[in-house]
Amino acid sequence: MSKKILSGPYIMWMIGFILIPLALIVYYGLTDRSGAFTLANVLSVTSPEHAKALWLSLGLSFISTVLCLILAYPLAMVLRSRGMGQGSFIVFIFILPMWMNFLLRTLAWQTLLEKNGVINGILTALHLPNQNLINTSGAIILGMVYNFLPFMVLPIYNVLMKIDDNVISAARDLGANSVQVLFRILFPLSIPGIVSGITMVFVPALTTFVISNLLGGSKILLIGNVIEQEFTKGSNWNLGSGLSLVLMIFILISMALIAKYDKNGEGTAF
Amino acid sequence: MKKTLSKIMTVGSLCALTLSLLSGCGKSAPKSGSAGEVYVYNWGEYIDESVIQEFEKETGIKVVYDMFETNEEMYPVIEAGGVKYDAVCPSDYMIQKMIENNLLAEINFDNVPNIKEIDPRYQEMSKSFDPENKYSVPYCWGTVGILYNTSMVDPKDVPTKWSDLWDVKFKDNILMQDSVRDAFMVALKSLGYSSNTTNEEEIKEAKELLIKQKPLVQAYVIDQVRDKMIGGEAAVGVIYSGEMLYIQNEVKDLGLDYSLEYVIPEEGTNLWLDSWVIPANAPNKENAEKWIDFLCRPDIAKKNFDYITYPTPNKGAFDLLDPELQNNKAVFPDVDSLKNSEVYKYLGDEVDSRYNEAWKEVKSN
Amino acid sequence: MNRKTDFIKRFVQDFYLVIILVFLYAPIATMTVLSFNSSKSRTQWGGFTTRWYTELFSSSTIMTALYNTLLIAFLSSLIAVIIGTAAAIAINGMKRVPRSLLMGVTNIPMLNADIVTGISLMLAFIAFGISLGFKTILISHITFNIPYVILSVMPKLKQTDKSTYEAAMDLGATSVSAFFKVVFPDILPGVLSGFLLAFTMSLDDFIITHFTRGAGINTLSTLIYSEVRRGIKPSMYALSNIIFITVLVLLLITNFAPKRKK
Repeated sequence: MSKKILSGPYIMWMIGFILIPLALIVYYGLTDRSGAFTLANVLSVTSPEHAKALWLSLGLSFISTVLCLILAYPLAMVLRSRGMGQGSFIVFIFILPMWMNFLLRTLAWQTLLEKNGVINGILTALHLPNQNLINTSGAIILGMVYNFLPFMVLPIYNVLMKIDDNVISAARDLGANSVQVLFRILFPLSIPGIVSGITMVFVPALTTFVISNLLGGSKILLIGNVIEQEFTKGSNWNLGSGLSLVLMIFILISMALIAKYDKNGEGTAF
Repeated sequence: MKKTLSKIMTVGSLCALTLSLLSGCGKSAPKSGSAGEVYVYNWGEYIDESVIQEFEKETGIKVVYDMFETNEEMYPVIEAGGVKYDAVCPSDYMIQKMIENNLLAEINFDNVPNIKEIDPRYQEMSKSFDPENKYSVPYCWGTVGILYNTSMVDPKDVPTKWSDLWDVKFKDNILMQDSVRDAFMVALKSLGYSSNTTNEEEIKEAKELLIKQKPLVQAYVIDQVRDKMIGGEAAVGVIYSGEMLYIQNEVKDLGLDYSLEYVIPEEGTNLWLDSWVIPANAPNKENAEKWIDFLCRPDIAKKNFDYITYPTPNKGAFDLLDPELQNNKAVFPDVDSLKNSEVYKYLGDEVDSRYNEAWKEVKSN
Repeated sequence: MNRKTDFIKRFVQDFYLVIILVFLYAPIATMTVLSFNSSKSRTQWGGFTTRWYTELFSSSTIMTALYNTLLIAFLSSLIAVIIGTAAAIAINGMKRVPRSLLMGVTNIPMLNADIVTGISLMLAFIAFGISLGFKTILISHITFNIPYVILSVMPKLKQTDKSTYEAAMDLGATSVSAFFKVVFPDILPGVLSGFLLAFTMSLDDFIITHFTRGAGINTLSTLIYSEVRRGIKPSMYALSNIIFITVLVLLLITNFAPKRKK
């Protein structure tokens, strides 16, 4: 009985700093400036400029997620094949950049990609045509993939490591070739890791405003930028909250996906 | 500085003290309201940091200093009151908006004797947004113009008008300002309209013009214009006049093989004035007045001018400058020559949000 | 034949690893090189200098931000560990329904977008009349740190054997001393990894701090953000390099030192 008291501070904290704040977003999102109930803020997501920002965010984060998956899965496979000793060192090397400050990592790409930046300097020295990626959607996708790739690699690696080598040997003994092993054994067994990796990449990519700001030259407006600006510049908190509510729908979908495919929390990155 | 370094060293040993800190962390956090503090909210790179230290040393008042990037970003902070500032430095039209929304306190000029150092011409200019000169003390003024890179722009293509920013020759080489009013000023002026227009049709036309320009624009930036232009990232950029002196010096220091020139477009431009004001909810109003008075002192104003290089409205400081600098037209343009130029006005909440909506459409397009 | 395909396979694998490594480290390496470049230009080498490091250490703004960042990370993860561990113990002893309810709420800050968490906290602070500043950043960091602690401690708690705790109680230990003598040593690795996780999450956070910070207080992240928007200074490269080296050394120590003992 006395143990339950221990959760007291946490329950208070959760109510004060998780539930009430979320309730406030719902309140602001469903009222206008005078405090009267309205759906206008939520529905404004269908207005041309907001819809465009949302679609663009969905598109860019979808592409980034797919790219992360395509890059991460083979990587996790290779890491698995290297076994524990060597493998864990390589894993360490691969997650190390993740511990750098997120803004510094993005700043580095700005330095690399700019017109008179490092990459173009090298290209010019090699007499190659210059790249023109900065301030485009391409640069934003690059920034997202770079920043969120480890979130995809780790859960997939964790799940793959748990697959018993005997299962694979058994499949091979029964005549499966490498492709069959991949698609009939490894892939289905790693679904929890893939799902958790997808949501861990998709949600931050969908809601980012920093990457689009720093690498998109403020020319590309994502839904995160719209919300951030409603709070810091437009001073229309109701509209910003309304749009946040729309975002939360996507977050809820990903929570549901995790709950469905990753019941035991196997796929968590940590 | 040594102090902070040693502070960092002791973070490790903090472990032992944590429990006592835990109970005290609510109290040790900065809290406005107690005497001996002044909360200052200013533009980025808009003061010589040693001036702050000098003020602290002379008066014993601790300065809590924070920065914003645009007027639009500053306003909600003051309005919400999440942090209560004592002295803020917004621009003309924003000051008018704050006055009309009762967010400002009248300054007690008995505590600001150095107001006499401010050139009466700028007090006159202030009347367009602060009719009785009751709320604001001018800090810096200037114009908005086009900066171009001599090696990237053909002499025959040198921009002279705002409409030159729609020239396809400059595709991907244009830097536009990332703030509503400045961006719309460029479009409105090039159409021959007032930058304070409330006419829906005119705003719409300007919006469409900005959308048309977007494919040519390399990036929408604010303070980065300066460094990007120095770095040769773009050929033309919209910039505040005050950056010129810094740019000229930097180009010289780096030994660049191009130079950067400033043009005030023919159609006229924005004449702006940033002034110190005191929010109505300021907890340390008297300290704020001391702060403003300190900044008006000629030697301090000159020191600030040397660092930020924006034209100063301070007559006393101006007299202390080299004659060569006083006559540098890039730094101190003749106000009389700016006959088509306007000071921004606050246009009311409704028109304001019309501009914001239009700007959002431009940005999302 | 088989050896040959193995060799090719190995080669392709190595090649792939190297490509990804280049992708991951190119930006970091560039910044390291540029931090020693005496020319401000990014394409020309103007000679070796440590000037940007001197500039970095003599900037009181950066040093104060660094101090704030470390202090907030330390305090927030410590408080989160205390609240979180206590909560984990309580949750572990709960019945199914309240338990899954609590765990559901615990998941919210982890799965929610940072921008929504940040905005909601800002709205709450303003609604409660708490003025934004050090306090509010600290509270926000504790809030998003607690779930990481709970999730690190829970698995360890599940592994501990209830009967040892009960045995200690039967032998006359008070529940507090039974906990610290029997249960705590078992869950200590979870508590520590929760602390480390919380610490790094706090160090790296930008978005939530961006919305909940107040006058005159900057963490490294918010400082870098405003500096970057104002134009990149070479001292930022120096800062990045120092952070990288520190992280590298710390991770090497924490990851590889304990293993050698085994």
